[in-house]
Amino acid sequence: MSKQRKKKSAKTWERIDGRKQDELRPIHIESGVLPNADGSAYIEMGRNKIMAGVYGPREMHPKRLSKPNLGVLRCRYHMAPFSVDPRRSPAPSRRDTEISMVMRDSLEPALFLERYPRSVIDVFVEIIQADGGTRCASINAAAVALADAGIPMKDLVSACAAGKYEGKLILDLGDYEDKKGESDMPVAYMPKFEQVTLLQMEGIMSREETEECIKMAVEGCKKIYEIQKEALKKKYAVVREEAGQGAAEAPEFEPKPEPEPELEPEEAEEPTMEDEPKEDEEQ
Amino acid sequence: MSAKQEERSIVVPGDLIYEGRIRTGDNTYRDRENVYATKVGLVNYSKDRVSVIALEGGYVPLVGDLVVGTVTDLELGQWLVDIDGPTDAILTVSEATDKPFRTSLDMTQILDVGDLVVAKIFDLDRNRTPLLSILGRELGRVNEGFVIKITPSKIPRLIGKKGSMINMILKETRCNVTIGQNGRILINGRSRGDEELVERVIRMVEDEAHTSGLTNRIQEYLKSIKEEKR
Repeated sequence: MSKQRKKKSAKTWERIDGRKQDELRPIHIESGVLPNADGSAYIEMGRNKIMAGVYGPREMHPKRLSKPNLGVLRCRYHMAPFSVDPRRSPAPSRRDTEISMVMRDSLEPALFLERYPRSVIDVFVEIIQADGGTRCASINAAAVALADAGIPMKDLVSACAAGKYEGKLILDLGDYEDKKGESDMPVAYMPKFEQVTLLQMEGIMSREETEECIKMAVEGCKKIYEIQKEALKKKYAVVREEAGQGAAEAPEFEPKPEPEPELEPEEAEEPTMEDEPKEDEEQ
Repeated sequence: MSAKQEERSIVVPGDLIYEGRIRTGDNTYRDRENVYATKVGLVNYSKDRVSVIALEGGYVPLVGDLVVGTVTDLELGQWLVDIDGPTDAILTVSEATDKPFRTSLDMTQILDVGDLVVAKIFDLDRNRTPLLSILGRELGRVNEGFVIKITPSKIPRLIGKKGSMINMILKETRCNVTIGQNGRILINGRSRGDEELVERVIRMVEDEAHTSGLTNRIQEYLKSIKEEKR
């Protein structure tokens, strides 16, 4: 393996999987995959396979952990025993706890937690298959799941790592590059506000390289942001097409005067509750 | 001063929907001079404001809402009711019965843990905990029927404009349906088949809430099923 790589590097330098220096791994995101959760998402980022589920806002247990003026975001990052080789213990490790905290801190700025005092929003992330950069992929999936749960957000959060491998700066490190490389820097970013919500770094880089790395990671985040948006919209596009075929007179989605979503339920509720069923019984 | 999306297009959190000064409606927020969406939904531009009709969302309790909940706990003089909201709701004895509260009163006679209850939110206390009341017509413990859950943000669509959608469903299926604003729907029909039909139709409304001409489509569907039966 290493011999092969050396031969290659003698000619032209190439990444282990043949990507360009600033190329992301192929990403696929799906939203609304878990019917029992309030919101959910599934992400495949390279060979990472990650499922995220969101519950809430709901009553917090134990109650003493809730805050009187703010909602609480609770994240749980967990790697399945079979997600890595060799098998790992399913018990939460020190690393799991840290990544849970890191995820919470990077997602919190996007939420309006002050709207849900004494409540909790739970985010569960399960790593089904790991291939480097799971914390970034987890943040991407969790952001989509939060939006899918209908939790008010300022912006989606996208995350992507950049780092240094064999002296070259590269984007979106895979497992091998992560382990063998000189440096690794995960970045989470809110593109609409141009705010970085997570910045970690491991290894050694010069100041210039660090700056270049952040720029590269932010560019990667922007690309992922578009994929996240697409994933959220895709769920509705499919239904819209089906419905369009069913109703011949309304193939395009246009605002029609009659059947519109009406946001004043109080008014509309009275007849359904009391008048209508009564009439039926009389008949 | 301009709209940045097409009317009724799907937006996701963070999407810019308006540039300039305008009143912000539901599910939007302003950052300096720009208005952004905060939820997945459909943009709605009206004369003086811009809003997003949410396609997904949890239940936010409001005064006057009718809710379907489960009694989760019994305390001295009050019940705690799970209404799928951010916090549990409180139902006090004074809002459940006309009799004065005495320690000798057996509260389980009125409601017990696990009971399903239809109640109205008559107030929010200073912590914004919903306070329930079951004094009133059609309120109180539920003895028959079954409950389904849908996304609370789609309840307005299920009711329709002035009840157009739900009244049509009731007329066509002759079932008794109680819609809780919290997304729980109590269906009580003459036969299990009728109830299952209502559930199927409600799921259809939930899936296609963001499409137009839905009431007519559901009506046609119900009529076609009726004809099949004959």
